[in-house]
Amino acid sequence: MNISRRKMLILLPAAAVAWESVLAGTPEASPNYKMSDHWWGMLIDISKCIGCGNCVRACQTENDVPDGYFRTWVERYHVDDTHLENPVVISPDGGKEGFPVASEDAGKYFFVPKMCNHCADSPCTQVCPVGATFISPDGVVLIDQKYCLGCAYCVQACPYGCRYIHPTKEVADKCTLCYHRITKGLTTACCEACPTGARQLADLKNPNDPIHAFLKTHNVQVLKPQMATGAKAFYNGLDGSVR
Amino acid sequence: MSAFKDARHLFRFAGLFVLAFLVFLVVRHYYVPKSFGQYGHYRGAAIGEIANLPVKFAGHQACEDCHTDVMAKKITGKHAHVNCEACHGALASHADDPSTVKPVLPDTSVLCARCHTASAAKPKGFPQVVPAEHSQGLSCETCHNPHSPGMDAPATAAGGAK
Repeated sequence: MNISRRKMLILLPAAAVAWESVLAGTPEASPNYKMSDHWWGMLIDISKCIGCGNCVRACQTENDVPDGYFRTWVERYHVDDTHLENPVVISPDGGKEGFPVASEDAGKYFFVPKMCNHCADSPCTQVCPVGATFISPDGVVLIDQKYCLGCAYCVQACPYGCRYIHPTKEVADKCTLCYHRITKGLTTACCEACPTGARQLADLKNPNDPIHAFLKTHNVQVLKPQMATGAKAFYNGLDGSVR
Repeated sequence: MSAFKDARHLFRFAGLFVLAFLVFLVVRHYYVPKSFGQYGHYRGAAIGEIANLPVKFAGHQACEDCHTDVMAKKITGKHAHVNCEACHGALASHADDPSTVKPVLPDTSVLCARCHTASAAKPKGFPQVVPAEHSQGLSCETCHNPHSPGMDAPATAAGGAK
């Protein structure tokens, strides 16, 4: 880089002002929102998912997710009776434009929407060397993109493949559980756009949230429970072949 | 002092260390963001910054506040629990400024087929058709009102949205 002394002297105070704004941060948007009153999760009902891809498109619109990258995506499983442990999984463009028509031959088909599990004991936040990714006090795994170096340790650490390096920002990116929406009393973009109610935002600290009754009365699983991540994406009717 | 007779160079060195440590403390004070460590090993202000991002889907409550006529139609049919923006797309810009931002009506031939095209992968109870056989090329809203798609409700050509 070729910078004259004059330019350098002009740039230094500008950089100092910019850094000062990073240090100070911005005030919270929702003054009535108390982080200690919430513990967020998501309920995903496999028996209701029709694979329309509304959630994927809504997420990309709401969060400016670049083409070819996904904060949420839908997979279609085909499990043959004779190959129970080897399901055929497809997800064309994340299921954004739906799926090819499944013919009624051997085995069963079903859709599995995937997203960040917002783990309570998240492996991805543990590996960050600079404290750029963290679990917020209300249970949402977030990324401070001003602090992230783009080293991609977290991308490797996530057992669910939910993170990616943003192609232009060159920092880690992932589902924020629409944190900018849920703190304003709205539901997430994917839940808002889901036509069948296959996705439901859940607040586990709210005693009136229907999630509590649902968890008591249904066979609900999380993905990869053996990894003890404390995943909070609860799947109803999840098939054993799903990884 | 005889024990430290030949140790003066070590004191000078220790002094340098102390000085360097003080410089480190001062630099650290200015460079570590104020909110770092507020909630944990991260910048607490980042939470507020993420919460401040703009909303693009207004949420069904915003739609229902104005479009009470559509809502009245919708609750009579099977699409009662389908949120407005599931079909009409993200419209927070319209909710913020209804007079200048006019939403475009979705194309029913694409929209309806996306959910209702028959596939073995869809839940068995979900209404599904093979579009080519079902309508012989007619557009869906010829017979169905998207806001209340049952056949007993007479359809309007514009799809019911006024």
